Amino acid sequence: MNFAAWIATLLLVLESTAGDILISRAMKQIGDLQALRRRLGTWRVVASVLRNRTFLLGVGFMALGFFTLLAALSWADVSVVGPACSSLTFLTNALAAKFFLKERVDRRRWAAALCVAAGVSLLASQKR
Amino acid sequence: MTPRKYLVLCSVMVLAALGDTSLSRGMKQVGSVSPEHWTRIFVALLSPWVVGGIVLLLGFMASYLTALSWADLTYVLPATALGNIITAGLARAFLHEDVTPKRWIGILLITVGVGFVTRGPALTANDSGPQGNECQPVAAQGER
Repeated sequence: MNFAAWIATLLLVLESTAGDILISRAMKQIGDLQALRRRLGTWRVVASVLRNRTFLLGVGFMALGFFTLLAALSWADVSVVGPACSSLTFLTNALAAKFFLKERVDRRRWAAALCVAAGVSLLASQKR
Repeated sequence: MTPRKYLVLCSVMVLAALGDTSLSRGMKQVGSVSPEHWTRIFVALLSPWVVGGIVLLLGFMASYLTALSWADLTYVLPATALGNIITAGLARAFLHEDVTPKRWIGILLITVGVGFVTRGPALTANDSGPQGNECQPVAAQGER
């Protein structure tokens, strides 16, 4: 994998993490969607999600990540970019959730993130 | 955690796996799309597998957002990682891929990781509650 592919993969991980963190924060701001749907109805809940700026910013980062993925795939094999990105994203999400979302990422959750990251990496590297 | 919340987590896993598999099957029918002929991507929208995949992934997104509205990101992501195993199973069923020892180890690690995280609480953060949106959460805290 060349230098450009590494940079694109790193950028992809950062964009995916930013997207996940922003969307998670937006959902916490809005509240329990199941309970809101019962109270306000589906369309008002959908409207409140689509009006949330944090959510829209998160979706923007996800979209940016998609185009970065396309660029990364043009420089390196999907069998390298896929596992590297999906496993690294589990770890960066845990780190970012601790600092930006103030989640209590205890040893149990770190162990889970590490196991899943390693597992996904092994699974994905065989896919294609 | 209520049975309904476990159902939402299961939906995240199953819909993502089915959506990815459906898209993959549709794109294999369409064939490779080169950057020079990128407009060919719109042909893919005529494939029922691609359309079905998009619908399934919209369902996945709705379930994922619902799960994030009452659970931590560091809970939802590992807890729904079993979806990767479902995807591998579907790929094997449709594409007749082999499950190598390396892949079995991957499946085992994901299962252990899911076991770790699901034995803990779903929500640990947000003591301050919602921040500045007109929709106020009405969920009973006791459910969490």
